[in-house]
Amino acid sequence: MIDDTETQENREYWEYEPSSQPPYLTPNYKSTVIRSPNKPQYKLPRTLTETTGPLFTQDDLVADEYDLSVNAKGDAAIGSLMVMDGFVTDEDGRPAANTLIELWQANSAGKYHHLMDTRDAPGDPNFIGAGRAVTDSEGHYRFMTIKPGAYPVPNSGNYWRPPHLHLSLFGRSFMSRMITQCYFPGDPLNELDHILHGVPDVDAKERLIMTFDPVVGVHEHALGYRFDIVLRGRRATPMVG
Amino acid sequence: MMTDSKTTPSAGQTVGPFFNYALLRDGDNDLTSDGKAVGEIIIVEGQVIDGAGGPLRDVLLEIWQANAQGRYNHPADAPANSGDRELDENFRGFGRTLTDGDGCYRFVTIKPGAVPGEGNQWQAPHIAVSIFAAGLTRRLVTRLYFPGEDANDADPALSGVPEEDRMRLVGDVAEGSDNTVRFNIVLQGDGETPFFED
Ligand SMILES: [Fe+3]
Repeated sequence: MIDDTETQENREYWEYEPSSQPPYLTPNYKSTVIRSPNKPQYKLPRTLTETTGPLFTQDDLVADEYDLSVNAKGDAAIGSLMVMDGFVTDEDGRPAANTLIELWQANSAGKYHHLMDTRDAPGDPNFIGAGRAVTDSEGHYRFMTIKPGAYPVPNSGNYWRPPHLHLSLFGRSFMSRMITQCYFPGDPLNELDHILHGVPDVDAKERLIMTFDPVVGVHEHALGYRFDIVLRGRRATPMVG
Repeated sequence: MMTDSKTTPSAGQTVGPFFNYALLRDGDNDLTSDGKAVGEIIIVEGQVIDGAGGPLRDVLLEIWQANAQGRYNHPADAPANSGDRELDENFRGFGRTLTDGDGCYRFVTIKPGAVPGEGNQWQAPHIAVSIFAAGLTRRLVTRLYFPGEDANDADPALSGVPEEDRMRLVGDVAEGSDNTVRFNIVLQGDGETPFFED
C-alpha cells in the first residue's frame, strides 16, 4: 500500500527536546530511585531498525473497541459518561494516520480491573477499562468511556493519583512509540501529582491535560474532552548526504 | 519551511503497574505464527532486575526485528533497497510480553538476519527492545545481539558502547539448549544494561 507518508520514511527524525520528557530519575516518584539507569545513554544510529515498526489498521480492531462504557453484553458501566476525542499528528503537524491507540484506566471508584489492585474500592462488573482505536486518514480518534476516579498510592503518605487515562501509541516506527497519561482540567490533585510534574517543561506538562469541550460530547448524554497527541516525527526537509 | 509550526512531542509517562489486561493478549510473545515463519526458531528469555538487585515483575517488554532474511515488515524497508531480502507473510516482527512474579520473560521468535545499516554498512543480527515499567518515567531502549557472530565486532550500534559493556548486549547461550538465548536486563547498578538514546 502506497500512501503519502511513505515518501517521508527516509527523512531524519527529530531528537526529543529533553525538557519535554520526564527524566528517568524523578525522586518524588519513589520507585524511580532504584529503577532509573545510572549510566548515560549511548547514541544509536537511526537505522532501518528504528525507522520501521509494527503498523496497524482498522482491520486489527474488533467492533466497538472504542467504547469502554458498555461491556460485551451491552451492560452499562457506572460513572459519568465522557467522550475523549482528538487528533494525533507528528511534530510538523502532519496527521498520524492509522496509528493504534490503546487506552486503559481505573473505574469510577478509582479501581483497576487487575488482580494486583487490592485496595478496598468496589469493582464494576460492567467495566473492564480497556479500549483501542486506530486513527483515520486525518489522524482523528474517539473513545467513549466513563470518568475514572482518583486512587491513593499505597505507602505514600496519602498521595492520591488524580483521575487519569493511560494511553499507548505506536505511530509509524520504533522511533515514534510512546506511552503516556492524560489528566482532567481543573482537578486539584493535578497540582500534587509526582508523575505529571515529572515533566520539566510547563507547556509540555499542560499539554497532558485534556480540554473540556462540549462540542465533542454527546448532547444530554456524555461530557466531551479534547486531547491531541503529538508523536515524534521527521524533519520537513529531507537531509542530504 | 514548516519550522514555525513545529510542536514538541507529547511527554511520555510511566506505564504504571496495571496495564496487562489492556495491552497483552494470548500469543503476543510468539512471533512465529505457530511455527510457520521461515527460519531458525529461537527462544529469547531472561530476567529483569532493578537497582536493589531484585527481580521486577510486570515489566512490559516489546521486541521489533527483521525476519530470517533480514527484511523488516514495513514500507520503509522498500524493495528498492531490500536486495534479495524477502518478506515472510508469517512473520510480522513484533512481540510483547510482561515479566512474571520472578521478573522472568520469554519470547518465541526467529533468529533475524543481518540488516542494512547506514551507507553500505551492515548491522549484525539484532532485536530492538523497548522496556516500560512502573518506576520508569518513560521507555528504555536497548538491543539484543547474538553470541558467536563475527559481525558483532563491526556493528555500528555495538561499537558505540564501551568495550567492557558490549557483552551485556550479547545474549548468552543457555545451558542444555541450543536454540535458547538468555538476555537479562539490569535497570541500574552492578551489571547495568547499556541503554540507547530513545
Ligand atoms: Fe493509573
